[in-house]
Amino acid sequence: MQPMSAPLLHSINNHHFWLSAERCIFWEEAQTLILSDTHFGKTGHFRKNGIAVPQQVYKEDLQRFVQQVTHFKPQQIIVVGDLFHSRENRELELFLKWRRDMVHTRLVLVRGNHDLLDAAWYAAADIEVQEGIYQIDAFDFVHDPADNTETIKGRYSFSGHIHPGVSLQGTAKQCLQFPCFFFGKQQCILPAFSRFSGIKIMRSQKSDSVYAIADGTIMKLRSS
Amino acid sequence: MKSKSFKPFSFQEETWQYILDGESGLVNAPTGCGKTYSVFLGALMQFINDHPEDYSKLKNNRLQLLWITPLRALAKDIGRAMEEAIESLGMQWKVGIRNGDTPVAERAKQKKNMPEVLIITPESLHLILTQKGYPELFRSLRIIAVDEWHELMGGKRGVQTELAINRIIHAGLSSARQGRSGQQHNATQLWGISATIGNLTEAKDVLLSTLNKAGVIVKADIHKPIEVHTIIPDEIERYPWSGHLGIKLAATLVPIIEQSKTSLIFINTRGMSETWYQTLLTIAPQLAGAIALHHGSIEQELRLWVEEALHTEKLKAVVCTASLDLGVDFRPVDTVIQVGSPKGVARFLQRAGRSGHRPGEVSKIYFLPTHSLELVEAAALKTAIAEEAIESKEPMLLCYDVLLQYLCTLAIGEGFRAEEIYAEIKSTWCYADLQENEWQELLHHLTDGGNALQQYDEYHKVELEGGVYRINNKRIAMRHRMHIGTIVSDAMLKVKFMSGGYVGVIEEWFISRLEPGDVFTLAGRNLELVMIKDMTVLVRKSSAKKSIVPSWNGGRMSLTANLGHILRQTFAQALTPLAGIELQSLQGLFELQRDLSHIPREDELLIEQIEDRDGFHLLVYPFEGRQVHEAMSAILAYRIGQIRPISFSISMNDYGFELLSDQPIPVDDSNAAELFTDENLLADIQRSINSTEMAKRKFRDIAVIGGLIFQGFPGQHQKARHLQSSASLLFKVFEEYDPGNILLRQAYNEVLVQQMDEVRLRQALQRISQSRIVLTFPQKLTPLSFPIIVDGLNRNNLSSEKLEDRIKKMQEQLTAL
Repeated sequence: MQPMSAPLLHSINNHHFWLSAERCIFWEEAQTLILSDTHFGKTGHFRKNGIAVPQQVYKEDLQRFVQQVTHFKPQQIIVVGDLFHSRENRELELFLKWRRDMVHTRLVLVRGNHDLLDAAWYAAADIEVQEGIYQIDAFDFVHDPADNTETIKGRYSFSGHIHPGVSLQGTAKQCLQFPCFFFGKQQCILPAFSRFSGIKIMRSQKSDSVYAIADGTIMKLRSS
Repeated sequence: MKSKSFKPFSFQEETWQYILDGESGLVNAPTGCGKTYSVFLGALMQFINDHPEDYSKLKNNRLQLLWITPLRALAKDIGRAMEEAIESLGMQWKVGIRNGDTPVAERAKQKKNMPEVLIITPESLHLILTQKGYPELFRSLRIIAVDEWHELMGGKRGVQTELAINRIIHAGLSSARQGRSGQQHNATQLWGISATIGNLTEAKDVLLSTLNKAGVIVKADIHKPIEVHTIIPDEIERYPWSGHLGIKLAATLVPIIEQSKTSLIFINTRGMSETWYQTLLTIAPQLAGAIALHHGSIEQELRLWVEEALHTEKLKAVVCTASLDLGVDFRPVDTVIQVGSPKGVARFLQRAGRSGHRPGEVSKIYFLPTHSLELVEAAALKTAIAEEAIESKEPMLLCYDVLLQYLCTLAIGEGFRAEEIYAEIKSTWCYADLQENEWQELLHHLTDGGNALQQYDEYHKVELEGGVYRINNKRIAMRHRMHIGTIVSDAMLKVKFMSGGYVGVIEEWFISRLEPGDVFTLAGRNLELVMIKDMTVLVRKSSAKKSIVPSWNGGRMSLTANLGHILRQTFAQALTPLAGIELQSLQGLFELQRDLSHIPREDELLIEQIEDRDGFHLLVYPFEGRQVHEAMSAILAYRIGQIRPISFSISMNDYGFELLSDQPIPVDDSNAAELFTDENLLADIQRSINSTEMAKRKFRDIAVIGGLIFQGFPGQHQKARHLQSSASLLFKVFEEYDPGNILLRQAYNEVLVQQMDEVRLRQALQRISQSRIVLTFPQKLTPLSFPIIVDGLNRNNLSSEKLEDRIKKMQEQLTAL
C-alpha cells in the first residue's frame, strides 16, 4: 500500500473537514470519520455467484479502512450508505473481526439502497442504523443526494451513492478520469470508498469545489 | 432430381463422390452456385445408397446431418431449399431448425424425436451440450456440415464451432467403443463450405484438426465476371473529409436504382445506413415503399420481411450493412452499390457477388467514395480483382475465455473428466498448444476462482465430485445457459414504444449519453427517449427534424494488408501517365499535395510535420491500415517519449496516423530511421502504455465470454443488479489485484496477436527500413493529413510524463483558457 499523502482542509461554516486521499473525510469538531459506499462483501457476493473477481481488493479496502480509523482516531464513524454490498456472505466475518477489535468507536450507518441485512445482524455488529436523513448540528447525512430535496438555508448535507468522478481535459485532446469529492453549495458527495467501484463523471459549476484523487494524492481543482 | 432438369456442376458431383467414399473436406464455391446442394445432396445420396430398397419409406431415422450456420436468418431459407429437395426425391426426412428463435415447444419435440437434418448456430449447439444425455442425440450422426466456414473461422464463434465438433466426434467415438449402438458405427464425416479466401488449405486443416485427417478440397471452377464502376464526383474536394462527401453524391444513385431491377446498397456502419436511408427517401420520394433498411439492430421480424420482399421482387433497393453480406441469394438483385471503402478485397468481391446470379450474368458493383481519397481505393480494388489478390482469415489460438465457457457448458450437462477433455481439446487447432500448467490454471479458476482469502471465501461455480467436474447450482447453470449466446462486445438494450411495440436493440453506451427528451434515429424512425427501465429503452415517435444518429462501434474495420499494399502502388501512379480514371480525377488534390509536401512513391515513407494552433502535428503515412497504424503510432510515441518526456494524442485512418502534442516533436533526419526500427519491437510493444488501453477494450469481450460479466435475466433485473459491473471496472480491479489472471493475460495476448498484429507490424517496419524516409514541413495542412486530423474519434492518450505533472499542466491549460 502506498504511503498516505497529507489530507487537505475544506471548511464549511467554520467547521474543519480534512479530506483524505483514501476517500474519506475527518470532521475535526465532531471527531467523526465520514465515508460512503464501502460496499464490503461485494467481491464475496460475486464469488458466491460464480464470478471470480479477486478478493484482494476487499482485503485492501478493509485494511485502508482500519488504517484511516487508526490514523484519525475518531470517536464515531458515519457511513453514508452502502456499507455492505448485498446479503450476508462469509467475507463479512472478516469485517466483524475488525469490528470486535474497536468496540469503543461508534459506527453509524445511514441506510443506503444496498444495505439489506437484518436488524439483528447490525445490532450484533454494534452498528447503529439510521433511516432517511440523519442530523448532527447543522449537518445532514443521507445516502442518495436526490433524497435531500429540501435544502434548508444554513444546513449542509453529506451523501454518497453516486460515486462521483471528474474528467480532466487539456489541449491536444487529452483526457483522464479520477474519483473525487464534490462540494456543492449545500451538499457534499463523497467518492466511493471501495476501489471495486466505477465512477460517474460530474458536471461542476463555478461555485462547486472539486477535489480529485489520483495515484494516492488528493488535489483541489481550479473551478472552471 | 432428374425430373426437375437439374444439371449438377462438376464440383457438386465431385463432392457427392467424396461423401459416398466417406471422406471429409472443404468445398470452396462462390455464393449462388448451389454450394448447399453439394454437401446436402451428398448426405441424401449416402442414405439412399445405404438403404437402396426402402429409403423412400424410412421415417424417424434420427439425426443424420448437422448443419452449422453462422446466421440465424439463413436457417429458414436453407431449410426450405432442403425440404424441396427431400420431397422431390420422395423421401421422408424432416428438417429442423434450432437457434435462439426456436420456441421451447419445438425444442422439446426435437429432443424427443430428432429430425434427420438439424440446422443450428454454434451457440445453440453449445446449448445442446448443456443437456444431460446429449451424446445419445448424436449417436446416429453421419455428417457435420459447417456453412460459411470462412466467416466463422476468424473469430471466437469459429472456436466455439471447433469445440462443439470436437466433443460430438469424441462422444461418438467413445459410444462406438462401448458398442452401445449394437451395430457397426460409421465415423462422422466433416464438411466445411467456404467462399474463396487466401488460405483455403489452412481453413480446411483448422476444421478437420479434430479428425486428424488430411481431407480434400473441392474447388468450384466457376468464374463469374465482375464489373466495377466508380462514381466520380463532378467536383473534387482538395481537403477530403471522411463521411461527408458520400451523402452529397446520394442523388447519383437514384438513376442507378431506377434503372436496375433490385439494388443492394452496402454502407459500412449501421449509423450511416440510417442516414443514407433517410437521405434517399428525401431526395427521391418516389421510392417510398420501394426501398427498405436492413441492419443488425433492426427488429428481426422487419428484417425477415425485407429478406422475403427481396426474394419476391417487391423492393427496388435495400440499404444494408454487413448484415446482408452472407446468406442465400436474392435472385432479383442485379446491382450492388458499395458506399465507402470496403476495407478489403474479399469483402468487396463477396458483395459484388450478391448481384447477377443467373448463369451468364455479370456481377455489377458501383463504388461510391465517401471522401475523395477513396477514389484511389477504387482504383486499387480494380487492380486487386484483376490480380485475384484475396485476403486470408487467421484462425484464433488459445482463447481461454471460450474454453472456460465450454468447460462450464460440459459441467452443466454430463460433467467432464479433466484428463479426458484435455486430451480431446488438444486435437483442436485452437488448443493444440495448450500447456498442462495453463490447463491446471483454467481448472483452478473454475473450482476456486483464482486467489482467495481461504476461510472468508465461498467461491462457488464448478465442483469436483469423484473425478467429475460439475455445476450443481441451478442458478449458476441457468445464468451460464443464458450467456452462451453472448459472443458480442456491447451490452445491448431493447428499444420499445411506450405504447408497446418493439423497435430494435441499441448499445447501452450510446443511450447512456442521451437525456430524456433527446431524439435519436433507429430503424429509420425518429424516436424520443422517454426513459430507461429494466434494460429496456422506452421511446415515443418524434416529429423532430433533427436527431442524433447512433454511431455504432462495430463499423471501424481496418484496411487489410493486402489492399494496403496495392493502395501504395496505386498512390505512386498519381500524376503519372499510368493514372487511371480515378486518379486522373484527383489531379487537383495531388497537385496540392505535391506543392505543399510530397506524394509518396511505393518505396518511400512520407512524414509531415505541421504546426498550427492545435499544437504540433507529426503525420506518418505507411498505408498499412488503421489497425497496424494503431500499434505503430503507439510504439513511435513511446520511442519519442524516450528522447524526452512528451504527451501525445493519437489519431489514425487507413492511410496514416498523427501524433499531436503541445510541444515540438523531436523527429528529424538524424533519428527518423531509428524510430521505425524493428529491433526491440516486442519489448517496446509491451512498454508502450497503450497496450493497457487496448487490452482494456479486448477485455470487454473476454469478460463476457469468460463469465465475469452478467447482464441479467430478462424480467429479473432487480435480483441480478448486485452482480453487475462494467468490463472496465473489472479490468482495473484485475490489473491492480490479480495481474497474473489468465483472462487478463489473454487480453494482453489478443492485443499482441490481433490488435498489434505483431507479425504484420514487424513486416511493415521491415518494409519501412528498406524505404526512403521523406520528411517535409508543410506550411499548412495537406490533403493527406486533413482527414486524419479531423477524424478525432479514435483519440488515444499516451504519456511518458508523470501523471501529476500532466494533471498540473492540464489545469494550467484549463485556467489559461
